[in-house]
Amino acid sequence: MAEHRFLGFHITPITARRLMNFRANRRGFWSLWAFLALFFISLFAEFIANDKPILVYYDGGFYSPVIEAYAETEFGGEFETEADYSDPFVQDLIEAKGWIVWPLVPHSYDSPVLGLPTPSPSPPTARNWLGTDDQARDVVARLIYGFRISVLFGLTLTVLSSIIGVTAGAVQGYFGGWIDLIFQRFIEIWESIPLLYLVLILAAIIEPNFWWLLGLLLLFSWMTLVGVVRAEFLRARNFDYVRAARALGASDLVIMFRHVLPNAMVATLTFLPFILSGSIITLTALDFLGFGLPLGSPSLGELLKQGKVNLHAPWLGLTAFFVLAIMLSLLIFIGEAVRDAFDPRKAVTGGVPPEPAAELAEAGAPAEGEAAAGAEKGPGE
Amino acid sequence: MTATPLLQVRDLAVSFDLPEGEVKAVRGISFDIAKGETLGLVGESGSGKTVTALSILQLLPYPLARHPGGSILFHGQEIIGASEEVLRRIRGDRIAMIFQEPITSLNPVHTIEKQVNETLIVHKGLVPKAARKRTLELLRLVGLDDAEQRLGAFPHELSGGQRQRVMIAMALANDPDLLIADEPTTAVDVTIQAQILELLKELRAKLGMALLLITHDLRIVRKMADRMCVMKDGEIVESGPTEAVFGRPQHPYTRHLFAAEPKGRPASPEADAPVVMSTRDFKIWFPIKAGLLRRTVGHVRAVDGVTLTVREGQTVGVVGESGSGKTSLALGLLRLISSRGPIVLEGRDIQGWRSRQLRPLRREMQIVFQDPFGSLSPRLSVGEIVGEGLKVHRIGDAGEREALIVSALEEVGLDPETRHRYPHEFSGGQRQRIAIARAMVLKPRFVVLDEPTSALDMSVQAQIIDLLRALQARHKLAYLFISHDLKVVRALADEIIVIRAGRVVEHGPAEAIFENPKDPYTQALMAAAFELEAVETGAVSI
Repeated sequence: MAEHRFLGFHITPITARRLMNFRANRRGFWSLWAFLALFFISLFAEFIANDKPILVYYDGGFYSPVIEAYAETEFGGEFETEADYSDPFVQDLIEAKGWIVWPLVPHSYDSPVLGLPTPSPSPPTARNWLGTDDQARDVVARLIYGFRISVLFGLTLTVLSSIIGVTAGAVQGYFGGWIDLIFQRFIEIWESIPLLYLVLILAAIIEPNFWWLLGLLLLFSWMTLVGVVRAEFLRARNFDYVRAARALGASDLVIMFRHVLPNAMVATLTFLPFILSGSIITLTALDFLGFGLPLGSPSLGELLKQGKVNLHAPWLGLTAFFVLAIMLSLLIFIGEAVRDAFDPRKAVTGGVPPEPAAELAEAGAPAEGEAAAGAEKGPGE
Repeated sequence: MTATPLLQVRDLAVSFDLPEGEVKAVRGISFDIAKGETLGLVGESGSGKTVTALSILQLLPYPLARHPGGSILFHGQEIIGASEEVLRRIRGDRIAMIFQEPITSLNPVHTIEKQVNETLIVHKGLVPKAARKRTLELLRLVGLDDAEQRLGAFPHELSGGQRQRVMIAMALANDPDLLIADEPTTAVDVTIQAQILELLKELRAKLGMALLLITHDLRIVRKMADRMCVMKDGEIVESGPTEAVFGRPQHPYTRHLFAAEPKGRPASPEADAPVVMSTRDFKIWFPIKAGLLRRTVGHVRAVDGVTLTVREGQTVGVVGESGSGKTSLALGLLRLISSRGPIVLEGRDIQGWRSRQLRPLRREMQIVFQDPFGSLSPRLSVGEIVGEGLKVHRIGDAGEREALIVSALEEVGLDPETRHRYPHEFSGGQRQRIAIARAMVLKPRFVVLDEPTSALDMSVQAQIIDLLRALQARHKLAYLFISHDLKVVRALADEIIVIRAGRVVEHGPAEAIFENPKDPYTQALMAAAFELEAVETGAVSI
């Protein structure tokens, strides 16, 4: 039979069939590509939306202000401080002896746009495609940076909480007995701690930043996967091939990783996109309530909040809404396709078209429900 | 026999449309079943027996499966393409079916009463009270003892034989004209098998229904069926009255099936061969915990005082019904579950050794499991599976390991190229060979064979037995052979321990026990295994 390869790696026929099933879900497949493209582009946000030029040619030399800071005096100015390229005076200085290549969006997320025709928040114009917010910052620039920070936060949180969750579930399921019992009770108690209160208390003591928030959310988000992984390990530890491995003298660690974990990974991978969207929603919710990232950080939640406060500037609320809706929908579609890929029944039947309505409702419900609960739980309690 | 048969199958074909292409599971078979007749459908796994049965009830996964041609007439009515309403009236009412696995065929969250009642309420429109009365009648009819108490029991509280009886009761609930029994006894012990067959025979006579009996076991067909059909690759290669087929098999495949019984006798080891594994008064007790503080209030004596010695080149057979403690004994001897009593492997008592200390010795004792589908990790290639032990024990470098894997695969009769493939691509017999290769690659001294043949087809069983015997002769292996199948044990073991509820009931040389079983329990086992007779001595529990 033909060898199965993917990106040059040798893969098992099972994996090959799963890839086929994933591709068969066209919507999920294209969503993945769209999401990856957006994420990849946003990784280079500094080169796309910045108030510093990408490249400057001045007096026979090249300068890249995005990467390096240059004093204004280097371009014949008066101040020793870093050049402010949005200042028409500096621009004139440079253009007298060279030229400037600007990024696509010549604004950064934290710099106010000068010389607005109307008081901020100003409506969309040719210069500010989606207008500006109430501190005269360009909305497009803030979106690009905000998208990046949301996805990076979500990804980091997802990866870390998956690692912890899978490990905890694996240990519980594999060893069982007292370890399992104590761990389970601990999780039950831990789960009942209200996350939002903790965030409130913490926000009163320190100013939360990216890493503080990540750590805090991580403390409570790792439990999602414990249940499924634990169940999978409990089931598999009495399988004959696990017994056989033990009879061969393989250590517990080898058995857990090599023989049992691959089974549990199916459940884990199926959950990942939904955990990712859940993480993003949680961060957005915290930002919206004002307990999230520090003031001035680009964030979708903060944009939503501005939309709420400035109802006379609908471009703020609408922009945040559409970006969030599209991003989360893409993730849910990807999640659905992943689930299709791991569905053993689909594995037999091959590319049977899924029933979209039912699946969407089913897939979307837990992730969204969870996030909504997370956002509303605190004030309600 | 009446003029128009009860069921008429003509040129029935079944195809499955899989991504890999069309699979023709059944290719144009024809047979009749008259009222009150028993037809045996025989064939190895994958021959299309079950697909045939399911298509009679139209229970195949349509539209993935389709019938390119043929017709099935039941009471002269066409079943293929019949409306759901017509089918519902037939299914479970006129034609009932019992399946191989009683544990998965019963819903674990409902009581026995509820499950049997359901059929009655759906098809007969009985009110719950009347249904309960009828349910009790049925359970008594199928010989479930203490039927009244069992009404509230859940499936997991019953033994395999009892579950199968409940399944039969459900099938009989509406006095069907035809009962389809798909390998009804494969999953139960030999003694239970004899009882179930007895019951089916009795019920057929009492209720005058026809029986379509699907099995791979020729002895069952010979005992039960009036006529038989032999299936191979979706075709019926031979059919006729049972005695005629057995007397003068025409088709070479039929003759091949008849010749497939495990044959041969074990080679006797020398009397002074060194002892490889021995134990005295070996015990495995599982504590029963109760109360708030989980105090131990008693023990389940899974293995209770077994003494045995296995010499180089010798096979000791451990025989008993399921639940008798055979597998616990094996796992205990390999130190995979905790036990009490000395475990002497090559002169060293390994009882109580710590796992790190024990690891180097794991090379010398290996195990082959019953289910070749469950014992191979589905995500590892054959080469990785066989080579795992080598890796664990750090034997050789990558190249040497590869060579050892190749030679182990060759030794068990597999193409070495198979090491790049994955378990799901292999048949049951091939998988069992892979499992044997995994054990053999470490060059063990002591091998536990835990029912290595009971999940396999007859003809494959014989091949695996021959392979095991050859390997034993070549490497002077000591085998502990666990089985409930006495035919297989006879072909391999030269010493036998009969075990019941954890205790040894008879122990001695194989020949002596087979010639002259002393204990009534052993006698009952023999009768069930060789004559398929249920012995009413009370020695065998239901």
